[in-house]
Amino acid sequence: MSTNTVPTGKPVKSVDLHIGAAEPGCKKRDPILVAEGVSRTFGGLKAVDVDHLEIPRGAITALIGPNGAGKTTLFNLLTGFDKPDTGSWTFEGKSLSGMPAYRVARMGQIRTFQLTKALSLLTVMDNMKLGAKGQIGENLFRALLPFLWRKQEEENEAKALDLLTRFKLDEKKDDYAASLSGGQRKLLEMARALMSDPTLVMLDEPMAGVNPALTQSLLDHILNLKAEGMTVLFVEHDMQMVRHIADWVVVMAEGRVVAEGDPHEVMKNQAVIDAYLGQHHDEDLGADTEHVEAIKELLDDNL
Amino acid sequence: MIDWGAIFSNAAVELISPTTAAYALAALGLAVHFGYTGLLNFGQAGFMALGAYGYAISILTFGFPVWGAVLVGIGASVVFALILGIPTLRLRADYLAIVTIAAAEIVRLLFTTNSFASVTGSANGLSGYKLGFAALNPIPEGTYGFGPFENNAYDWWLRIVAWTAVVLIALFTWQVMRSPWGRVIKGIREDEDAVRALGKNVYAYKMQSLILGGVYGTLAGMIFALPRAVVPSNYQTSLTFFIYAILLLGGAATILGPIIGSMIFWVLLSFFSGFIARAVEAGWLPFMTNIQAGQLRFILVGVAIMLIVIFRPQGIFGNKKELAFVH
Ligand SMILES: Nc1ncnc2c1ncn2[C@@H]1O[C@H](COP(=O)(O)OP(=O)(O)OP(=O)(O)O)[C@@H](O)[C@H]1O
Ligand SMILES: [Mg+2]
Repeated sequence: MSTNTVPTGKPVKSVDLHIGAAEPGCKKRDPILVAEGVSRTFGGLKAVDVDHLEIPRGAITALIGPNGAGKTTLFNLLTGFDKPDTGSWTFEGKSLSGMPAYRVARMGQIRTFQLTKALSLLTVMDNMKLGAKGQIGENLFRALLPFLWRKQEEENEAKALDLLTRFKLDEKKDDYAASLSGGQRKLLEMARALMSDPTLVMLDEPMAGVNPALTQSLLDHILNLKAEGMTVLFVEHDMQMVRHIADWVVVMAEGRVVAEGDPHEVMKNQAVIDAYLGQHHDEDLGADTEHVEAIKELLDDNL
Repeated sequence: MIDWGAIFSNAAVELISPTTAAYALAALGLAVHFGYTGLLNFGQAGFMALGAYGYAISILTFGFPVWGAVLVGIGASVVFALILGIPTLRLRADYLAIVTIAAAEIVRLLFTTNSFASVTGSANGLSGYKLGFAALNPIPEGTYGFGPFENNAYDWWLRIVAWTAVVLIALFTWQVMRSPWGRVIKGIREDEDAVRALGKNVYAYKMQSLILGGVYGTLAGMIFALPRAVVPSNYQTSLTFFIYAILLLGGAATILGPIIGSMIFWVLLSFFSGFIARAVEAGWLPFMTNIQAGQLRFILVGVAIMLIVIFRPQGIFGNKKELAFVH
């Protein structure tokens, strides 16, 4: 929480994250999250079917894939908001399978939602303070004795104000969250998640609906998280942003991880092209670079 | 001619009557459930019945002292809240609504059935449990007060205890709702998944809220039972709905709302029933029988509440700004 500086120029990329070839399910040098055989079906539909996935620590990993690929469902499973049919996963070496969502969050794995969940009839400041961990006054009996928690409350308030300032929401602190715009709610949700000093931040489409003027600062915020030592896993459709800030990209399609790799390399992968264009795309698209150009256009314009 | 003085004076009596206090307390319980936590408890009448019967049976059947009887009532409502909450609080909000409305009816029918008549008095109910409470009265015999607020020592004792309970519980609620605990509770009302994602054990908080508001209802049931007998037909679902009406009248997520709402409700009810009874006597309503007139007061109270809700939809103490976002 120390830096207030906006990183300028090219972000510093983390490199050399994986061991061996950059293929689906490849090993990482220092994984923070390891999932094994995780699957979830809805009716007949296999929404998630991940054989093996490792998320590198201290890096920014982008999870991309077409609509309905299972990205949000995978988020829900990994954070305890949904139960898988099969599979297990560990976070920092500890098994999280079957753990309720609130305990996952307490372990430092904090998520945000694709459909923003601002607590409308709480003020922006109360939204923020709710995010803080280990609050003494959250116990019903201690709540009766303000002298026990007043100091902690003030500390949380100062911390919240600092974060709100960084996210340019400080002037809104006494307003109901309901009065914020869609983009501001996204910012609030992200700032609120940071109140607990997480180790792994999982952001489901943090940029969706955020005014382009704000996206740059949002990207800077995400880069800042890495600079502060956090690991970031985020879902995003805008490939420009993915290329700009991600150190590693995981591509999902129809529930499966179909490719992994460096953000610049991964889009050249045939499996990714198939995933985005469908199996029956024109075989005569031409040279490999043209493929990439075509996909880039498609991704930037349509998704 | 109509004796307006008597009508107003009878209405004023309700301002501080123990029944008004009991309804205020029960409505405060629903404020905790519905207004602050977003729990739809439609079984507040069941919690009140457990308070009334728990108190009366403990004294009549088991010879408990007053404090013991109060604890039995509270214990019964904690158990009741756990039975209601354990299976439903993990599910969508409407499940709690269905289960509470049914469970409260089951409670009432259990107290009505002849099978336990020796303990519950079945449909006739119970009486004669007030001696212990009266014995604690420190006020010397006599009549005190003035005008509509003139009562004997027992009635004053009852009013003092009832309203002290209301004030203490209101202060308690006010304090916990402005604490970090209350912030979690209000967060759950807004979106429980968001609160879960922030590391709070939502299930446990909802359970605490259900128990807390239920215990308020139980204490309300005891106060409600002290000026009258315990009769099962008093604890029908309509009781819960009257208490919801009071809550919405005063403002759902407020502390003063349920209290003032209860006062308004009872003063209006008494005013209209007095007015109608005398209007029938005076021949103003020749088309009505006395029985029909008795029902008319509820219609008039309903209309009055509707008017208040139309012109002040957030309730008397509710925050207008808050409501702007609800729609
Ligand atoms: N609760 C549910 N019930 C039934 N089907 C579901 C449910 N949740 C997701 N699905 C299905 O699972 C598949 C994956 O959905 P998911 O939301 O994970 O996709 P996504 O990759 O996040 O897509 P998007 O990029 O559009 O957000 C979709 O086909 C969706 O219809
Ligand atoms: Mg999604």
